[in-house]
Amino acid sequence: MTMAVNPAPESAPEAPPRRKRLALVASKGTLDQAYPPLILATTAASLGWEVGIYFTFYGLDILHQDRFEKLRVASLANPAGPIRIPNLLGAVPGATAAATKVMKGWMEKSQMPSLPDFVEMAQGLGVTFFACATTMGVMGVEDTDLIAGCDIAGAAAFLDFAADSDVQLFV
Amino acid sequence: MTTRTENPEATDTLDTSRLLCPLPVYKAAIALGRLQPGQVLKLICTDPGSLADIPAMARQRGDVLVATDAGGDSQIFWIEKGPSS
Repeated sequence: MTMAVNPAPESAPEAPPRRKRLALVASKGTLDQAYPPLILATTAASLGWEVGIYFTFYGLDILHQDRFEKLRVASLANPAGPIRIPNLLGAVPGATAAATKVMKGWMEKSQMPSLPDFVEMAQGLGVTFFACATTMGVMGVEDTDLIAGCDIAGAAAFLDFAADSDVQLFV
Repeated sequence: MTTRTENPEATDTLDTSRLLCPLPVYKAAIALGRLQPGQVLKLICTDPGSLADIPAMARQRGDVLVATDAGGDSQIFWIEKGPSS
Protein backbone atom coordinates (compact mmCIF):
# COMPACT_ATOMS: atom_id res chain seq x y z
CA MET A 1 0.00 0.00 0.00
CA THR A 2 1.31 3.39 -0.87
CA MET A 3 0.82 6.57 1.01
CA ALA A 4 -1.37 9.14 -0.63
CA VAL A 5 0.65 12.05 -1.79
CA ASN A 6 -0.82 15.46 -1.45
CA PRO A 7 -1.55 16.75 -4.93
CA ALA A 8 0.35 19.80 -5.98
CA PRO A 9 -1.73 22.92 -5.57
CA GLU A 10 -3.38 23.75 -8.84
CA SER A 11 -3.70 27.46 -8.23
CA ALA A 12 -0.76 29.76 -8.59
CA PRO A 13 0.82 31.18 -5.45
CA GLU A 14 -1.18 33.97 -3.93
CA ALA A 15 -0.54 37.25 -5.70
CA PRO A 16 1.07 39.96 -3.57
CA PRO A 17 -1.36 42.60 -2.32
CA ARG A 18 -2.03 45.34 -4.82
CA ARG A 19 0.23 48.35 -4.37
CA LYS A 20 -1.38 51.62 -3.46
CA ARG A 21 -1.49 54.10 -6.30
CA LEU A 22 -1.10 57.89 -6.43
CA ALA A 23 -2.27 59.91 -9.43
CA LEU A 24 -1.06 63.52 -9.59
CA VAL A 25 -1.74 66.34 -11.99
CA ALA A 26 1.07 68.91 -12.27
CA SER A 27 -0.38 71.95 -14.02
CA LYS A 28 1.93 74.78 -12.91
CA GLY A 29 5.23 75.79 -14.45
CA THR A 30 6.69 78.02 -11.78
CA LEU A 31 9.60 76.90 -9.62
CA ASP A 32 7.67 76.98 -6.36
CA GLN A 33 4.69 75.10 -7.78
CA ALA A 34 6.82 72.45 -9.44
CA TYR A 35 8.22 71.15 -6.17
CA PRO A 36 5.06 69.83 -4.44
CA PRO A 37 4.08 67.20 -7.03
CA LEU A 38 7.66 65.94 -7.19
CA ILE A 39 7.98 65.82 -3.40
CA LEU A 40 4.71 63.90 -3.12
CA ALA A 41 5.65 61.57 -5.96
CA THR A 42 9.09 60.67 -4.60
CA THR A 43 7.64 60.17 -1.12
CA ALA A 44 4.80 57.93 -2.31
CA ALA A 45 7.18 55.88 -4.45
CA SER A 46 9.47 55.52 -1.42
CA LEU A 47 6.50 54.13 0.50
CA GLY A 48 6.19 51.46 -2.16
CA TRP A 49 3.28 53.06 -3.99
CA GLU A 50 2.78 53.13 -7.72
CA VAL A 51 2.87 56.75 -8.88
CA GLY A 52 1.94 58.58 -12.07
CA ILE A 53 2.09 62.32 -12.73
CA TYR A 54 0.16 63.95 -15.55
CA PHE A 55 2.08 67.04 -16.67
CA THR A 56 -0.30 69.40 -18.36
CA PHE A 57 -0.32 73.01 -19.54
CA TYR A 58 2.52 74.96 -17.89
CA GLY A 59 3.32 71.90 -15.79
CA LEU A 60 4.74 70.33 -18.94
CA ASP A 61 7.74 72.68 -18.60
CA ILE A 62 8.88 70.42 -15.73
CA LEU A 63 9.59 67.76 -18.38
CA HIS A 64 10.98 70.19 -20.97
CA GLN A 65 14.70 69.61 -21.19
CA ASP A 66 15.47 73.23 -22.12
CA ARG A 67 13.15 74.71 -19.52
CA PHE A 68 13.12 72.56 -16.40
CA GLU A 69 16.37 74.03 -15.09
CA LYS A 70 15.09 77.56 -15.67
CA LEU A 71 11.69 77.57 -13.96
CA ARG A 72 11.14 80.79 -12.06
CA VAL A 73 9.13 82.17 -9.19
CA ALA A 74 6.48 84.75 -10.07
CA SER A 75 7.25 88.12 -8.49
CA LEU A 76 3.99 89.65 -9.66
CA ALA A 77 0.60 88.73 -8.19
CA ASN A 78 2.34 86.45 -5.70
CA PRO A 79 1.90 88.09 -2.29
CA ALA A 80 3.39 85.06 -0.54
CA GLY A 81 6.49 85.09 -2.74
CA PRO A 82 10.04 85.06 -1.46
CA ILE A 83 10.54 88.82 -1.80
CA ARG A 84 7.90 90.93 -0.11
CA ILE A 85 7.56 93.99 -2.28
CA PRO A 86 4.60 96.07 -3.39
CA ASN A 87 2.80 94.40 -6.28
CA LEU A 88 3.68 97.18 -8.70
CA LEU A 89 7.40 96.63 -8.10
CA GLY A 90 6.94 92.96 -8.89
CA ALA A 91 6.63 94.01 -12.52
CA VAL A 92 9.97 95.79 -12.76
CA PRO A 93 12.71 94.10 -14.78
CA GLY A 94 14.77 91.76 -12.63
CA ALA A 95 12.10 91.19 -9.97
CA THR A 96 11.25 87.68 -11.18
CA ALA A 97 14.94 86.81 -11.35
CA ALA A 98 15.43 88.15 -7.83
CA ALA A 99 12.51 86.15 -6.42
CA THR A 100 13.80 83.05 -8.17
CA LYS A 101 17.30 83.58 -6.80
CA VAL A 102 15.97 83.93 -3.27
CA MET A 103 13.98 80.71 -3.48
CA LYS A 104 16.87 78.79 -5.03
CA GLY A 105 19.02 80.07 -2.18
CA TRP A 106 16.52 78.77 0.37
CA MET A 107 16.46 75.38 -1.31
CA GLU A 108 20.23 75.14 -1.47
CA LYS A 109 20.65 76.18 2.15
CA SER A 110 18.13 73.51 3.18
CA GLN A 111 19.98 70.91 1.10
CA MET A 112 16.87 70.33 -0.97
CA PRO A 113 17.50 68.75 -4.36
CA SER A 114 17.11 70.89 -7.47
CA LEU A 115 14.13 70.28 -9.74
CA PRO A 116 16.18 68.30 -12.28
CA ASP A 117 17.48 66.20 -9.36
CA PHE A 118 13.91 65.56 -8.20
CA VAL A 119 12.89 64.56 -11.71
CA GLU A 120 15.78 62.09 -11.80
CA MET A 121 14.91 60.75 -8.32
CA ALA A 122 11.30 60.21 -9.35
CA GLN A 123 12.29 58.43 -12.55
CA GLY A 124 14.72 56.28 -10.60
CA LEU A 125 11.85 55.20 -8.36
CA GLY A 126 9.75 54.20 -11.36
CA VAL A 127 7.31 57.12 -11.31
CA THR A 128 5.39 57.32 -14.59
CA PHE A 129 5.53 60.69 -16.32
CA PHE A 130 2.52 61.35 -18.53
CA ALA A 131 3.18 64.24 -20.93
CA CYS A 132 -0.10 65.86 -21.97
CA ALA A 133 -0.46 65.43 -25.72
CA THR A 134 -2.87 68.34 -26.03
CA THR A 135 -0.43 70.70 -24.31
CA MET A 136 2.27 69.56 -26.69
CA GLY A 137 0.04 70.34 -29.66
CA VAL A 138 -1.19 73.67 -28.34
CA MET A 139 2.20 74.92 -27.20
CA GLY A 140 4.28 73.46 -30.00
CA VAL A 141 6.28 71.05 -27.85
CA GLU A 142 7.85 68.11 -29.70
CA ASP A 143 8.58 64.77 -28.07
CA THR A 144 12.28 65.48 -28.65
CA ASP A 145 11.91 68.58 -26.45
CA LEU A 146 11.02 66.40 -23.47
CA ILE A 147 13.36 64.50 -21.20
CA ALA A 148 13.67 60.79 -21.97
CA GLY A 149 11.20 58.35 -20.54
CA CYS A 150 7.92 60.28 -20.79
CA ASP A 151 4.65 58.66 -21.85
CA ILE A 152 2.84 60.94 -24.26
CA ALA A 153 -0.83 60.60 -23.42
CA GLY A 154 -4.18 62.31 -23.40
CA ALA A 155 -6.69 62.72 -20.63
CA ALA A 156 -8.31 59.33 -21.21
CA ALA A 157 -5.06 57.44 -20.64
CA PHE A 158 -4.35 59.37 -17.45
CA LEU A 159 -7.90 58.90 -16.16
CA ASP A 160 -7.60 55.19 -16.88
CA PHE A 161 -4.55 55.19 -14.58
CA ALA A 162 -6.24 57.46 -12.03
CA ALA A 163 -9.46 55.43 -11.93
CA ASP A 164 -7.66 52.63 -10.12
CA SER A 165 -5.73 54.94 -7.80
CA ASP A 166 -6.15 55.42 -4.07
CA VAL A 167 -5.14 59.09 -3.95
CA GLN A 168 -5.63 61.72 -6.64
CA LEU A 169 -4.31 65.26 -6.33
CA PHE A 170 -4.30 68.28 -8.60
CA VAL A 171 -1.40 70.69 -8.17
CA MET B 1 9.41 40.30 33.28
CA THR B 2 12.37 42.03 31.78
CA THR B 3 12.69 45.61 30.75
CA ARG B 4 14.65 46.35 27.65
CA THR B 5 17.48 48.66 28.51
CA GLU B 6 19.30 48.53 25.19
CA ASN B 7 18.13 49.59 21.80
CA PRO B 8 17.84 46.99 19.06
CA GLU B 9 20.97 46.00 17.22
CA ALA B 10 21.02 47.64 13.82
CA THR B 11 22.39 46.14 10.63
CA ASP B 12 22.81 49.57 9.07
CA THR B 13 22.71 53.19 10.24
CA LEU B 14 21.54 56.17 8.21
CA ASP B 15 22.05 59.74 9.40
CA THR B 16 19.69 62.23 7.72
CA SER B 17 20.49 65.13 10.03
CA ARG B 18 19.56 68.55 8.59
CA LEU B 19 17.70 66.97 5.65
CA LEU B 20 14.04 67.82 5.16
CA CYS B 21 11.09 65.91 3.72
CA PRO B 22 11.13 64.00 1.43
CA LEU B 23 14.82 63.14 1.80
CA PRO B 24 14.76 61.19 5.11
CA VAL B 25 11.99 58.92 3.80
CA TYR B 26 13.54 58.71 0.33
CA LYS B 27 16.96 57.75 1.70
CA ALA B 28 15.51 55.42 4.34
CA ALA B 29 13.56 53.53 1.68
CA ILE B 30 16.76 53.04 -0.34
CA ALA B 31 18.63 51.86 2.77
CA LEU B 32 15.80 49.47 3.71
CA GLY B 33 15.86 48.15 0.17
CA ARG B 34 19.39 46.89 0.80
CA LEU B 35 18.37 44.95 3.94
CA GLN B 36 16.87 41.52 4.32
CA PRO B 37 13.49 41.08 6.06
CA GLY B 38 14.05 41.06 9.81
CA GLN B 39 17.15 43.25 9.66
CA VAL B 40 17.05 46.62 11.37
CA LEU B 41 17.89 50.11 10.09
CA LYS B 42 18.86 52.77 12.62
CA LEU B 43 17.64 56.07 11.22
CA ILE B 44 18.70 59.44 12.63
CA CYS B 45 16.52 62.46 11.75
CA THR B 46 16.32 66.13 12.65
CA ASP B 47 13.43 66.94 10.30
CA PRO B 48 10.66 68.22 12.60
CA GLY B 49 8.17 66.12 10.64
CA SER B 50 10.00 62.88 11.23
CA LEU B 51 8.12 61.90 14.40
CA ALA B 52 4.99 61.78 12.27
CA ASP B 53 6.57 60.71 8.99
CA ILE B 54 8.72 57.77 9.99
CA PRO B 55 5.91 55.80 11.73
CA ALA B 56 3.74 56.52 8.68
CA MET B 57 6.48 55.32 6.36
CA ALA B 58 6.88 52.08 8.30
CA ARG B 59 3.12 51.49 8.29
CA GLN B 60 2.79 52.13 4.55
CA ARG B 61 5.81 50.05 3.57
CA GLY B 62 4.99 47.15 5.86
CA ASP B 63 8.06 47.61 8.05
CA VAL B 64 8.02 47.56 11.84
CA LEU B 65 9.08 50.53 13.93
CA VAL B 66 10.60 48.65 16.85
CA ALA B 67 11.94 51.57 18.89
CA THR B 68 12.05 55.36 18.91
CA ASP B 69 14.32 57.69 20.85
CA ALA B 70 13.04 61.25 20.67
CA GLY B 71 14.78 62.44 23.77
CA GLY B 72 17.70 64.28 22.22
CA ASP B 73 18.38 66.93 19.60
CA SER B 74 17.64 64.35 16.95
CA GLN B 75 15.06 61.60 16.66
CA ILE B 76 16.34 58.07 16.31
CA PHE B 77 14.23 55.27 14.86
CA TRP B 78 14.91 51.54 14.66
CA ILE B 79 13.02 50.10 11.72
CA GLU B 80 12.80 46.38 11.11
CA LYS B 81 12.33 45.52 7.49
CA GLY B 82 9.02 43.73 6.97
CA PRO B 83 8.54 40.46 5.10
CA SER B 84 7.13 42.08 1.97
CA SER B 85 8.47 45.63 2.04
